[in-house]
Amino acid sequence: MKFAIIEFPGSNCDHDAYHAAKHVLGQQAAFVWHKDAGLGGADAVVLPGGFSYGDYLRTGAIARFSPVMESVREFAAGGGPVIGICNGFQVLLEAGLLEGALLCNRRLKFLCQHVHVRVEQTDTPFTGAAQLGQVLSLPIAHGEGSYHAPPETLEALEANRQVIFRYCSEEGGLQDAANPNGSLAAVAGICNPERNVVGLMPHPERACESALGSEDGRVVLESVVAAVAA
Amino acid sequence: MDPATIEAHGLTTDEYRKVLDILGREPTLTELGIFSVMWSEHCSYKSSRIHLKRLPTEGPQVVQGPGENAGAVAIGDGLAAVFKIESHNHPSFIEPYQGAATGVGGIIRDIFTMGARPIALLNSLRFGALDDPATRRLVDGVVAGIAGYGNSIGIPTVGGEVDFDPSYAGNPLVNVFCLGVAKVDQLAKGLASGAGNPVYYVGAKTGRDGIHGATMASAEFDENSAENRPAVQVGDPFMEKLLLEACLEVMKSDALVGIQDMGAAGLTCSTCEMGARGDAGIEIDVSLVPQRETGMNAYEIMLSESQERMLLVAQRGREAEVEAIFEKWDLHAARIGEVTGDGLLRVKHAGEVVAEIPNRPLADQAPLYDRPTTRPEYLEEVQRFDESALEPSPDLGRVWLDLLGAPSIASRRWIYRQYDHMVRTNTIALPGLGAAVVRVKGTDRALAFSVDGNGRYCFLDPMEGGRLAVAEAARNVACAGAQPIGATNCLNFGNPERPEIMWQFAQAVDGIAEACSALGIPITGGNVSLYNETEGQAVYPTPVLGVVGVIEDASQVLTRAFPAADLDVVLLGEATGGLGGSEYLKRMHRLVRGRPVPVALVRERALQALLVELVAERLIGSAHDCAEGGVAITLAECCIDGRVGAVVDLPPAGPADGLMAARALFGEAPTRVVVSVLPGNRDQLLSKARAAGVPAAVIGRTGGPRVTIGVAEEMVADVGLDDAELAWSLGLTRHFERAAS
Repeated sequence: MKFAIIEFPGSNCDHDAYHAAKHVLGQQAAFVWHKDAGLGGADAVVLPGGFSYGDYLRTGAIARFSPVMESVREFAAGGGPVIGICNGFQVLLEAGLLEGALLCNRRLKFLCQHVHVRVEQTDTPFTGAAQLGQVLSLPIAHGEGSYHAPPETLEALEANRQVIFRYCSEEGGLQDAANPNGSLAAVAGICNPERNVVGLMPHPERACESALGSEDGRVVLESVVAAVAA
Repeated sequence: MDPATIEAHGLTTDEYRKVLDILGREPTLTELGIFSVMWSEHCSYKSSRIHLKRLPTEGPQVVQGPGENAGAVAIGDGLAAVFKIESHNHPSFIEPYQGAATGVGGIIRDIFTMGARPIALLNSLRFGALDDPATRRLVDGVVAGIAGYGNSIGIPTVGGEVDFDPSYAGNPLVNVFCLGVAKVDQLAKGLASGAGNPVYYVGAKTGRDGIHGATMASAEFDENSAENRPAVQVGDPFMEKLLLEACLEVMKSDALVGIQDMGAAGLTCSTCEMGARGDAGIEIDVSLVPQRETGMNAYEIMLSESQERMLLVAQRGREAEVEAIFEKWDLHAARIGEVTGDGLLRVKHAGEVVAEIPNRPLADQAPLYDRPTTRPEYLEEVQRFDESALEPSPDLGRVWLDLLGAPSIASRRWIYRQYDHMVRTNTIALPGLGAAVVRVKGTDRALAFSVDGNGRYCFLDPMEGGRLAVAEAARNVACAGAQPIGATNCLNFGNPERPEIMWQFAQAVDGIAEACSALGIPITGGNVSLYNETEGQAVYPTPVLGVVGVIEDASQVLTRAFPAADLDVVLLGEATGGLGGSEYLKRMHRLVRGRPVPVALVRERALQALLVELVAERLIGSAHDCAEGGVAITLAECCIDGRVGAVVDLPPAGPADGLMAARALFGEAPTRVVVSVLPGNRDQLLSKARAAGVPAAVIGRTGGPRVTIGVAEEMVADVGLDDAELAWSLGLTRHFERAAS
């Protein structure tokens, strides 16, 4: 299958996503410049992490106006799998493809560390190969990752089973101490009602090789490979 | 030119006379400004050059020695490691966040200017005592500034070091190191050549920020230094990210002749140095320089230190290609002049010549001082140290926990988790586990690198301090399994016009030179930061060494963490350390006295070679050198990071007096490494050590929930692993969590 990796000015995990897709998973991958129209016939779209437009104004707020986002919107509307990682998640929220907002971490500091997240739903293209309740060790690296949404939105997300990753302890418990950034309901990742658009703050692409300390992120990318093949 | 103006530009009467000689006439104000920044201590190294010449800079692996924007050493497969360390001490004191951020931005530009993709950052920081709220404010700002810039641009900050001592209260040190990788045959040069070739300006617009920043960095602070704030620049990592990608793209084409960043002394330094290196002239019209403020004159434009700006010389006829690449990245390449054949730096303002200076003399004939040196009187006093007057500590377990929580030793997690240390997915060794290690994608290799220096050692014995800094940085690299192949240094000292400071400097350089020669590690560049002094109080003399090593098989890289229980623990090197200059002495007895144990360089080299061999043959599971706090701290760190205890017995250290056990546990000495031996390899390890002439003793075994140390088979300290971890993990953090509440 073929991954399209969107490059905004200021994206900096674009090469990491490319490396994971191409060299670790052995799939095709291509960069798509944000000014381009069209996605080059990709089967799945990755909005990578980084600081698009320097995070100026608000994270993701400028990138959502990039020409390529029209193509991403169409691709998503047609049911194509789209994943936004970290800054990519922020862009998806700003673009209205996902609901909610990401605020400053509760202790206001940027945090780079491994965390544990629990897989809450397996009927999305990015979690299909995972086990329900499986605990993954994934890195986070963000200053603004505290998920917030109005109570009614949060209720709807829960009712529709759109929360697909939650921060948890090593054993899978939902203690407050395991929530690194103060996200409501320990939300680490969500999907849209149609379940094909996924956003998450942790970086699965950084956890695909044992040399980097964890291979738990592979299941996210392998899920979409399987979903596309199905 | 009136004397007051000349003096205000920091030029001496003799220096001004030299300006007159070079020009054959009186300078214009713009010309005076240009000379003053080019001949500032910061840009010209006028006090230090005479000493720096003694550093070894050659070796078969050296691809680029000192003199370019950064040094480079070959690492195999046609690739080079490009690296340098630089200080941003003065700006970081005045405005911690922006000072540190722009320091990171500056060193990154130095690396990609060479045609290298920057892949990792380190930093070496010194602050005053942590119980001072002013220190905590500085730490908070500096760390946030480093994070803010590095995280945004997407270059991982993978490690570093930090220490706290009152000597740095008025002058924190912020040294930043960047490492990049380039193809050897595609290294770019900072030179201008080919008359008629266009000169381009790319990047941020020029403002009035940072005018005379280089001059500020060449003077002591006084009580009015806070008023220098406009001399500090503001960083824009997003702009630099665009510049980085665009410049690397331009460099892939052969349309580029030369490139240089505008760092200290901005447009002045870049035009003059590029012209001088290419033995060419450069003519620019500053009215074509993109400006963000109105009404700027030539003087201001030439001296501005606005960040994120590059100067390029392109091939004539290839302009459209170059301009198109920058347009792609939403950058505008402004053509501001051209290369000439007359060797002059000619600056016009709207067509009118405002400066015309021969490039070579401006760059190469900067003043050179052999400043007087005097051995400082304080040495006599501090080196006199009578150990027997010390009151022995009754409970060494408690001392151990206290030292683990000391700001100099405790976990740095509060700092490094603010840095994105994983972006680019090359980070093999996470921060805090020893040397930083990144893999080189497309090869089997990894690069290990470490920045180290101990100002206290250097204060007590400047020459030995220099030698020890080299040895420690190289040893850390060797502990990861890498062969050290190159070094860069950042020399942080006080006011060089004081003979005592100059003596410290000369001695430290001698020590560094001797150690680098003995260990076979050439210096490929670096930075000197003088005038780290406030109202006559200088910082400890603090040379910081950055050493880079290469390991052929990235899968063999080791950290300091004990990997399992039931492994033999071996101490490589002499067992005995000394208390002179030690962290124990400072923390428990409030004394900075004695002399650090000197490093025997032949033995050091043998130890490092042995470590590389042991790793390559997969005989050991971890390696960690003994530094501040001695063997006891080293052991505790191996145990905490490995989440496994150990029981160890050390040989007696020195006379059988009340301090014997303290010496054994907390005495400091170089050339000592604690390794854990993978099962079944003990005899092979011991015989290899014997063959290498490195003392080796099995001192204990990993396992259990406690760390227990005996001396001569008598238990002297025993702490629970959990207690040790708690003390260690809170030592730094507690100062900031308290400050936050």
